[in-house]
Amino acid sequence: MGAITHYLKSLMLKELLVGLSLTGRYFFRPKYTLRYPEEKTPKSNRFRGLHALRRYPNGEERCIACKLCEAVCPALAITIDSEQRGDGTRRTTRYDIDLFKCIFCGFCEESCPVDSIVETDIHEYYFEQRGENVVNKKQLLAIGDRFEAEIAAARALDAPYR
Amino acid sequence: MDDLVLVAWTLLKVLLVTVPLILCVAFYTLAERRVIGYMQVRLGPMHIGPWGLLQPFADVFKMLFKELVIPSNADRFLYVIAPLLALAPAFAAWAVVPFSEGVALSQIDAGLLYLLAMTSLGVYGVILAGWASNSKYAFLGAMRSAAQIVSYEIAMGFALVGVLIAAGSLNLEKIVLAQAGNLGFLEWFWLPLLPLFLVYLISGVAETNRAPFDVAEGESEIVAGFHVEYSGSAFAVFFLAEYANMILISFLTALLFMGGWLSPFQGLIGGPLGAPSPVWLLAKAAFFMFCFLWFRATFPRYRYDQIMRLGWKIFIPITIVWIAVAAVLVVTGVLERGT
Repeated sequence: MGAITHYLKSLMLKELLVGLSLTGRYFFRPKYTLRYPEEKTPKSNRFRGLHALRRYPNGEERCIACKLCEAVCPALAITIDSEQRGDGTRRTTRYDIDLFKCIFCGFCEESCPVDSIVETDIHEYYFEQRGENVVNKKQLLAIGDRFEAEIAAARALDAPYR
Repeated sequence: MDDLVLVAWTLLKVLLVTVPLILCVAFYTLAERRVIGYMQVRLGPMHIGPWGLLQPFADVFKMLFKELVIPSNADRFLYVIAPLLALAPAFAAWAVVPFSEGVALSQIDAGLLYLLAMTSLGVYGVILAGWASNSKYAFLGAMRSAAQIVSYEIAMGFALVGVLIAAGSLNLEKIVLAQAGNLGFLEWFWLPLLPLFLVYLISGVAETNRAPFDVAEGESEIVAGFHVEYSGSAFAVFFLAEYANMILISFLTALLFMGGWLSPFQGLIGGPLGAPSPVWLLAKAAFFMFCFLWFRATFPRYRYDQIMRLGWKIFIPITIVWIAVAAVLVVTGVLERGT
């Protein structure tokens, strides 16, 4: 009996019609495709992308060369040299991040006592030459200066949870 | 002088059929990618032109500018002639396809036989391509294709015999007119010949080497089958032939079983909606063309022995039985012949 019903089912193309109706329904489903770069997904204010070094509103750089970020960095991507500046404060002479080593964990940002090193939400960047993956202090400060408004806004949004 | 005018006029008519056909093929490839994309919940090509409409032209130009590689051990003559052998029958078959009453390139009474011949000839291109490439994958693809077409050709031919019995004519126009009546789409041959209609449609898919019967290409086992060694414009010609064949089978299914240019409301309601029109034919053909893409998006490839089993042990018995049934229907007058 089972063989007969199976035979009739296959003769009536039952399974095939079930399959066709399934794909037919999917035809009208909303599509998942995101037409990047015209469309982008929303990003969290906690997004961890390209790094930046921030300044105080008076133009003084925040970093005090405490080297906590260098110590906490699990990928050893950060290299810092420091000196005593003329006014007696300790400042970095060198602040390099190797973006190939960096795993974007955000520990540097969490460890920083003065909110100097931060990870911005910039994820669209590229290197043209070998060696450009190591960004130095000047570049990091420049990124910080350029996107200070966005960086501050993202920190303010996250402030209640920190 | 009269001969010259006749030749020019005939050429013009041929161009009037082939140029839209080639354009159809171009946009059919795009439609395929979009439809399959939609069924996989993605969009498909969207970037070239509005809604990706210029994508086929980008593809064509890419193909044309690519190098035509001829393998060193290939049979050069057969290798070059094979794509043309695949393409020529796919286009030649359109000579007898009527688009409306009295609108066809040629009105021949043996139209159905001619079609059967042309659709079978296409396989020679595939077999020769596989043979001439001198590559084991191409050869395997060609052998599979040959066996498959031989099997399904019989079922297809028998399905057409059913149409022939019901219509009492081999002339495609008369076959369509035999489906006219006062009961709308119930007058068409799909109803009395339902098993033959399904067998014809499925054999048509097999005949054009489309999924789920595309073992001749079989990307997963034999790379690309018969056209592994083809590149550039020769590959494009195979593509053109395959899609032209799909469009042809869609038109034939619409003509033979779905009443061609007759309205589905014929005799039921008056006015333009009930009147025969080429638009109906195009709509029906478009539906079957969509079905080809739908099948491809839905079904996994048949195993080779399953294809053979389906062709020989299921389709051929069904068609033979239903030819007898159709004959009885005609003789007893249930199915009126040629009306």
